[in-house]
Amino acid sequence: MLEIQNLSVDYRGTRALENVGFTVPVGQLVGSVGPNGAGKSTLVEAILGLVPVIQGVIRFNGMPLRRQLLKTAYVPQRSRIDWDYPVTVWNVVMMAQTVQTGLFQRFSRQTKYLAQAALERVGMYELRHRPIGELSGGQQQRDFLARALAKEAELLIFDEPFTAVDRKTEDVIFEIFQELRAAGKTLLIINHDLGESLAIYDQLLLLNKRLIAQGTRQEVVTSDNLERAYGRGLTRVFA
Amino acid sequence: MLEWIIEPLSLSFMQRALMLGIVLGVLCAIVGSYMIVQQMGMLAHAISHSVMAGLPIAYVVGVALSIGALIAGVVSALVLYLIESRSRVKTDAAMALILTSFVALGVTLVSTLPGANRIDLVHILFGNILGVTMKEVWWSLAIAVIGIILVRLFFKELLFYTFDPKGAQASGLPVHWYNASLIVAMTVTIVVCLPTVGALLVVALLVAPAVTAYLLVKELHQMMWVGSIIGALSSVIGMYLSYYLDAPSGATIVLVAFCFFCLAFFFSPSEGLLVSLWRQHTRSKLTDADMMQTQSIKP
Repeated sequence: MLEIQNLSVDYRGTRALENVGFTVPVGQLVGSVGPNGAGKSTLVEAILGLVPVIQGVIRFNGMPLRRQLLKTAYVPQRSRIDWDYPVTVWNVVMMAQTVQTGLFQRFSRQTKYLAQAALERVGMYELRHRPIGELSGGQQQRDFLARALAKEAELLIFDEPFTAVDRKTEDVIFEIFQELRAAGKTLLIINHDLGESLAIYDQLLLLNKRLIAQGTRQEVVTSDNLERAYGRGLTRVFA
Repeated sequence: MLEWIIEPLSLSFMQRALMLGIVLGVLCAIVGSYMIVQQMGMLAHAISHSVMAGLPIAYVVGVALSIGALIAGVVSALVLYLIESRSRVKTDAAMALILTSFVALGVTLVSTLPGANRIDLVHILFGNILGVTMKEVWWSLAIAVIGIILVRLFFKELLFYTFDPKGAQASGLPVHWYNASLIVAMTVTIVVCLPTVGALLVVALLVAPAVTAYLLVKELHQMMWVGSIIGALSSVIGMYLSYYLDAPSGATIVLVAFCFFCLAFFFSPSEGLLVSLWRQHTRSKLTDADMMQTQSIKP
């Protein structure tokens, strides 16, 4: 279980998150939604120790998460990656096992098998020798999904995995999320919109610097909550 | 032709210069490959000029000039990092400020510190590979070998870090150490290259072979291999041109490296300008043919 308590984060001198607290139970798929600038990406970056936190407790299975990073897989937003970087699909997936393999060691046969299985699962094994810059947006996202699978993590965190992907990729991501949930993994997903994709989540977090609501879709997506998060305009559309 | 090649080799200063040129061509391509993928070209430019501030201080203190240059280069990178991370000032403005301020500091100290005016600033700015000693060649070789070994040992970690710094940090890699190591490696390479091409042109030696390779290959390690060959060839051809044209060696090396870049830019099989123009041309011809066919089918 992922537990977040009283998490506050400053970003460039302003408060980006204020006393955020929630839990993600094992075997659940939890989606985080909120307007642009609500601190969704800052939340996952704070959880993973990528930005300094002012205060707060971040635990996974009762222990500080920062001591269990090998059990964590993180897929950043696609816009954060330089897609002209000279690297192939295969080598991106192999990065999953970089830390586990250790300094001065070569990747083992087992690691290569994991990478192969992950690429086959997302339907990308045939493209393994292709440079990432020659892939479509959906294929790039599936390559990163394979990297997360090849890490064999317990906690998986995705930042906007559905942004600018094709229907096939969306289906693959949905299927894999269900499989990971069934395998008892803990999943936290940043979702960029309030559309139909919200139906897949067991729980939603509605965020706008503070945690506005947590619960099922019906409990969270109410006109009152949306007004508090987004303001009046959006409430009329969704309520 | 053979005589044309052999004649300069009979001169010991040319032998030393060629050996150094090949070593630096390889070292610069390897370090430069990381610079390209990390988009650190402007940082290299700032550091290459900032090293000048360390020279007069090292001279007066009595340590090797290269140590002073190295410390000044690293300090300039640290000051840049401080300004960027602790203020709203953008990177390009901070770099322009640091570059000029460190050069100004160097020029001021050369004039004011006792004895420091013996430092030849023109030599620092433009270099002179023909004046290098055998000791400098061995030092450069040692640094290049150490650099290659370190890159080999940390290749997978550096690949992960330079491709996806956030992902690497989230996996527990000590990314700040890797970042600092790359900056130090870049500064060391710049300092080693100063006697060859000088502070004004050193960045070209770091950037040109690596970025040429970037247009030709698909993976980072291939970029280093191809870049090394281009870097070494640029040094050798540039040196010969310098010998026969009686031109400054640093400038001819850089111009040859730029010619290699132009060749790749126009003729690269995957990304060359001519290839992409040809592809556009054939695609539009195909589209025209399709339209003609469609029209002829119409009753």
